[in-house]
Amino acid sequence: MLPRRNVLRLAVAGAALVGSGKLLEAFGTLERVSAAHLPPPRRGTEAEPHGHQWVFLIDLRRCDGCGDCTKGCQEMHHLPEEQEWIKVHRLEDTTGGDYFLPVLCQMCERPPCVQVCPVAATFQTPSGPILVDQSTCIGCRMCMAACPYGVRYFNWQEPPDVPEEERHADALLQIPQVRGTVGKCDSCMHASLENLLPACVESCSMEAIWIGDFVTDVATNGRDSVGLSQYMREHDVYRLKEHLGTEPRVYYVAGHGQDLEY
Amino acid sequence: MAATEPPTTGPQAPSETLADAALRPVLHAGRRWWLVFGALVALVLIGVAAYATQLVHGLGVTGKNDQVFWALYTTSLVAFIGFSYGGALVSAILRLTGATWRGSVVRIAETTALATLLVGALFPVIHLGHPERVWEFFVTPQFNSPIVWDLVAIATYLLATVVLFGLPLVADMGTLSAHPALGPRRRRLYHVLSFGWRGSHAQRRHLENALTVVAILIVPLAIVVHTVLSYAFSLTSRPGWHSTIFGPYFVIGAIYSGVAVVVLATVLYRRAYHLEGWIPAKVFRNLGYVMVALAIAYGYATFTELTTEGYVSEVADAAVLYTLVLERYAALFWGFVLFGLIVPVVIVVIPRTRTPGWIAFASICVIGAMYVKRFLITVPPLTRPLIGGETATYTPTLVELGVVTGAAAGIGLIVMVVFRLFPVLAVYEIEEIEAQERAEATRIAPPAASPQARA
Repeated sequence: MLPRRNVLRLAVAGAALVGSGKLLEAFGTLERVSAAHLPPPRRGTEAEPHGHQWVFLIDLRRCDGCGDCTKGCQEMHHLPEEQEWIKVHRLEDTTGGDYFLPVLCQMCERPPCVQVCPVAATFQTPSGPILVDQSTCIGCRMCMAACPYGVRYFNWQEPPDVPEEERHADALLQIPQVRGTVGKCDSCMHASLENLLPACVESCSMEAIWIGDFVTDVATNGRDSVGLSQYMREHDVYRLKEHLGTEPRVYYVAGHGQDLEY
Repeated sequence: MAATEPPTTGPQAPSETLADAALRPVLHAGRRWWLVFGALVALVLIGVAAYATQLVHGLGVTGKNDQVFWALYTTSLVAFIGFSYGGALVSAILRLTGATWRGSVVRIAETTALATLLVGALFPVIHLGHPERVWEFFVTPQFNSPIVWDLVAIATYLLATVVLFGLPLVADMGTLSAHPALGPRRRRLYHVLSFGWRGSHAQRRHLENALTVVAILIVPLAIVVHTVLSYAFSLTSRPGWHSTIFGPYFVIGAIYSGVAVVVLATVLYRRAYHLEGWIPAKVFRNLGYVMVALAIAYGYATFTELTTEGYVSEVADAAVLYTLVLERYAALFWGFVLFGLIVPVVIVVIPRTRTPGWIAFASICVIGAMYVKRFLITVPPLTRPLIGGETATYTPTLVELGVVTGAAAGIGLIVMVVFRLFPVLAVYEIEEIEAQERAEATRIAPPAASPQARA
């Protein structure tokens, strides 16, 4: 067993899980990772009594490419403009038209980025999200080379200034970013502690982004909530670059005509 | 030009001994040495200043971005550490294969190997966003990371290279510590570094055994280092990097460019200190042949890599390939083919240009072209996006160019300082080889048929 003293669990009472209100409570039972320590990399799918297994579902039929998710994420994390932790790609479909593909950290169950980190600064949390401890990241950018989805960013410049009360320094939430280290989508694990939704889910005016939990089998886009596994079955979800074997935890509901290889 | 080269080894003036020639750069550096030394120090200082700028302002002062996140420093890391394989080849492989012509270049080869490796080994730190956190490598090394393999391999290789450089030097220190022309300080230094070498039979035997062991060890070590360096690229799923040929490709590239560095350094020292009598033209012809063989091997590896990608043309692979051979990087790529693969071969193949001067020119082409090739391995695959169609660009900034230029100058500086302290020719090894040849000549023919014998 790996040393777990670094990982504090903030367990919120489990509840019967129907409805988004209940889901938000469930989302609150995340572990908090202290920045002062380095949890070793691990594959985090082992069953835990009150554990959760987070997933994102993105409905491409609804996405209109407005970029509100990107803006919401950047505001929440106080990111420089060039860091788009959720990036809306404009791609060409098979009929020559356009479609939009929002790409955030794919929360791979077999994350190549974690595997290559020489100092275990990036690691997988038991409930799925992959975090970076910017107090130990040496900035070698090997994880950026390994990530097949291009969702990792480097803090080349000094990050934008942040008022004192909004600062936060740990692997769960790093505000502002640390120059010379790698930053990426943290799946807003911190938001869950305050029973809030991830910034991208919250800010999507099309309600195209869903956060879900395999354990409780529910998902919400902030307005509606559905049974996760049933919704996935009924909507023929797919994952990006399935052939790489990274086992992403971000599922896409196909729109019309897009190339599933992406 | 060939006509001016003395045909065999021998003294420039009848009274000059091998030891005198080997110590010439130590004893009489000359005004030009100081000029070059000053110029290199200036360049190194520029490099230090550039790096200081980077430390203060962060990696934002480089031309890198979130897509092209590895560029000139990674190129230099691979190129400079690659150069050091020349020393391993000339000193170790030629020793193991019993090539007797190696004698006059082994010291220069071992020195360039050490200098290029010392400087190349700085780049894994130079390119970090947080260089002050390197201690993390020792506190929490993750042995599943290719970066950690790199560091272990480079550190081991550095140790072996120091031993390869230092071992034969012990014998030279013993032999030369009593040289009448040396000042008291160098005599004392030589005496200390001779570790009690008297040249006794037992000592010679131990040294020979030790040299053979190191020579045997350094060959697989060098292969490991250059392979593991390639793993930083090929153990990712990136089109253009994820290729099984990368290990051997990097190994061949390293020897190829390394031999070129040995040739260049040897020609420069031979010219500057009139060592023509001791470093025969034959050495350059032979090293030229080695370069041709390696050029063909490297060209073959390049060809087979591009063909396997290009023929099938999977979307992402094809995009990288077109960027390389037809689009943005085509000029650099075909420049590499011309100067890195064709020109050196032509120079060595034509008998008229098979002279030290021309082969030195070929080696300059190889060094430049191989640096460019490492750039082409690193950067073009990164310019292609993993998802979507936006192509990134990269232009090195003055800070990056300054750091790399300073590092390159640092290599020259280390070599120059080493040969101000230590003999430029491996006195002990040359004498051993000659003694061996004499012994063999006596065995095959009557003693009179040994023209190379020297008292």
